[in-house]
Amino acid sequence: MNRRVVVTGLGICAPNGVGLANFYESMLNGSSGITFHQELADLGFGCQIAGKPEIREGLKESYFTSLQLRGLNSSGVVYGVMAGTDAWKDAGLEKADKDQPDWDSGIIFGTGILGIDKLRESIHLIDNNNARRLGSNSVMQTMASGISAYLGGILGCGNQVTTNSSACATGTEGVIMGMERIRAGKAERMLVGSCNDSGPYIWGGFDAMRILPFNYNDNPQEASRPMSASASGFVPGSGAGAMVLESLSSALERGAKIYAEVLGGAINSGGQRGVGSMTAPNSLAVQKCILEALMDAGVDKSEVDVINGHLTATSKDADEIRNWSEALGRTGVDFPFINTTKGLVGHCLAASGSVECVASLLQYREGLVFGNRNCQDLHPEILALVDASRIPLTTISHTPGIMAKASFGFGDVNACVIFNDYKEK
Amino acid sequence: MESDQHFEQLKDIVKMYLPDDVSVDAIVVDSNFVKELNINSANLVDIVLDVEDAFGIRLENEDMDKMQTVQDALNIIAQKLQLKK
Repeated sequence: MNRRVVVTGLGICAPNGVGLANFYESMLNGSSGITFHQELADLGFGCQIAGKPEIREGLKESYFTSLQLRGLNSSGVVYGVMAGTDAWKDAGLEKADKDQPDWDSGIIFGTGILGIDKLRESIHLIDNNNARRLGSNSVMQTMASGISAYLGGILGCGNQVTTNSSACATGTEGVIMGMERIRAGKAERMLVGSCNDSGPYIWGGFDAMRILPFNYNDNPQEASRPMSASASGFVPGSGAGAMVLESLSSALERGAKIYAEVLGGAINSGGQRGVGSMTAPNSLAVQKCILEALMDAGVDKSEVDVINGHLTATSKDADEIRNWSEALGRTGVDFPFINTTKGLVGHCLAASGSVECVASLLQYREGLVFGNRNCQDLHPEILALVDASRIPLTTISHTPGIMAKASFGFGDVNACVIFNDYKEK
Repeated sequence: MESDQHFEQLKDIVKMYLPDDVSVDAIVVDSNFVKELNINSANLVDIVLDVEDAFGIRLENEDMDKMQTVQDALNIIAQKLQLKK
């Protein structure tokens, strides 16, 4: 069985926009969600800026019951539930009725670590010989699969409900896993996505690794500079993105709107061999992942029209561009349009793949390719491979054809998914 | 009466944990927390913590095991308050 899979719903909780309409406005206009955080300055961080979704007062109450809100101290759960519930609604789907789950709908909602603030709160109680005061909700807010468990209960999904985790490849990996499950006939609909907590306990480790920019604390919106010669590290982010994947037959039967088709994808690892390591991708594996994704999608290298890269704003950006160029055998003006969402939201870590997939998919709805912020000074090694016209600085009018989106994560893991404008055929 | 006041205080705590389809009026002295009020058994530990805070007492594991109904809870509260005096 090899069935076609389409995207019928999107949801987003991003640093530059909570909710699809706000996020779209920001992506269209190149509005940044990177801000200064006094909390990080007080804690003596080198990098005192970050991307964090702004949840306005009273909004959580539309997603959680008052009981669920009680003691809720897991930003990842908040972001993920908002994005996931929104995607479900955007797809025109209802919550399952009270007594019967929807057996044909499942969830793969990833994260890196969940509920780190709740975990900290719990550790303090335990260290004070007060474990009995933890209450019932510390486990579900801190178990990795807490996010899929919350969503599963809210929506009433009766198919596979799980959480994947592959560092910064998590979100894109989830799309491929969901697609495979629907293709195989094991589910009709899969809510896929990922979330990442915000705050110093998430970002501190990266600050310690000195891979974050520390010269932009007064100028946060200019800090995230993917593909730029002056890139000096990634800006830590957080949030969640979510997509409803659906078998084409189910989508047509429901008369659902279709954003795009998921043609195929591939997931692999460089094994931390060759130039690959815990923190750096093995270029051979990256290229293999891209080519296997195209093969899975039944698409020729020459057909790739738009790329949304991983492109974090470190010295590795030029390596990534070289990998795309070598894998596709394309350079100069022949290179596909390429953009990166991170210039506007920073690196949303485990949420990055899903946030960026949502941004990429909105381009089909609007017939646009979003612009790249903060790369007026393109890196010379990138310019040697790609004509500047293929890296739009502002949003351009162009309905994407075949689009490749890749994410790479610590542990030398890679994921690449191929989307296409939906056409009946 | 003191016990009426305890009941109202307990009712205020318990109503937070009721599922959507159970009304606050369903909370009576004889109500069984799990079987009649449909309270998730995991939330019983939260009710115990709230009771501790509201009445300034401490409940042990065996108290919790005995706490099946609203009346059980009221008995335990009265007993603990008596010990405190």
